[in-house]
Amino acid sequence: MVEFTINGKKVEAEKDEAILDVAMREGFDIPTLCYHDTLGSDGRCRLCVVEVRKGNRKRIVTSCLYPVENGIEVLTESPDVLLVRKTVLELLLARCPDSEVIRYIAKEHGVSNTRYAKDNDKGKCILCNLCVKTCEFNVGVTALGMSGKGPAKKVTTPYGEPSRVCIGCGACVAICPTGHIYMEDRDGVRMIWNKRFELARCPKCNRYHAPVEQLEFIAGKSGTPIEELLICPDCK
Amino acid sequence: MEVDTAAINTIIDKYGKDKSYLLAMFQDVQRQYRYLPKEAIQYICDRLHIPFSKGYEVATFYASLSLTPRGRHTVHVCLGTACHLRGGPNILDTFERELNIKKGETTENGLFTLESVNCLGACALAPLVRIDGQDYGKTTPGSVKKIINEYGESS
Repeated sequence: MVEFTINGKKVEAEKDEAILDVAMREGFDIPTLCYHDTLGSDGRCRLCVVEVRKGNRKRIVTSCLYPVENGIEVLTESPDVLLVRKTVLELLLARCPDSEVIRYIAKEHGVSNTRYAKDNDKGKCILCNLCVKTCEFNVGVTALGMSGKGPAKKVTTPYGEPSRVCIGCGACVAICPTGHIYMEDRDGVRMIWNKRFELARCPKCNRYHAPVEQLEFIAGKSGTPIEELLICPDCK
Repeated sequence: MEVDTAAINTIIDKYGKDKSYLLAMFQDVQRQYRYLPKEAIQYICDRLHIPFSKGYEVATFYASLSLTPRGRHTVHVCLGTACHLRGGPNILDTFERELNIKKGETTENGLFTLESVNCLGACALAPLVRIDGQDYGKTTPGSVKKIINEYGESS
């Protein structure tokens, strides 16, 4: 058992827990974009920075990665934290000027503009890696990946072409914190990652509800007959 | 593009089908084709049971791997500090003009790929050009044409 304080409040945690997990459990509000409870932390968005004081020393750390220690003092809203967080928000804003989510969080922190040169080719993607991870670990198909490095790094299917393994489930769309990924359902067809999916109709309510490929994938994995999966969740 | 699966199988087996040698396999394939064909990446990934997207991540990450066909000869123009001061950028400009391509591109006839490097460690010879391991020291815009002609006719 590890004991330390967050904003002066005494808290207990298990060894190897990250500060962010403890802080959230204790009801402290730390902003973050790349954290997801099913996928763990990568420290990519850097919004969750906090100040850690140990004796006479203090440093700014990403709370999602920093393991708890006995006797540390964690401050989630100190002047230094707010300053760093504002800079992070300015950088995110420069990368994704069109992202409503980032603009909203920035505004909440009193950041309305950025002093850095704005990108116009990144869309709303902050490279948080959640879509890539959910595709690999939650869905289990690994259709997505990062390509390139540095300023050219981006999320994509190989060669940006329709992926052989993508099942069109849209988990990447659901998990994306900024709404970067494009998906459209129209006239019984879903378009996502440049791939075209036929949508299945529910035999009871006649509503399109999921790509055929996704239902086939689930049927293959779980052994549930496809006829059963064709019935939409609302009619079950 | 069709790839020679027998040759790629030889490469894969050389590394005992061990996926930690993915990069080495890619380099071997690149040596053979002078680039990494998409089909080769897909084939290697399939045989190693690696998702194609992961193989693509590796293939796009390393500067030494190319996804587009490269020229038979790679021209490295040094732009390190010494070469830079002694006119390296001029040499690069001259190559770009003479070959009618930009840095990083390949000529239409597939003979040359033009690249810059940040130091070849032979600063006394600045400005330096290296083609397929052969060094050309103290180059001038005038000597660039001569160098190109050396490769133009043969091979």
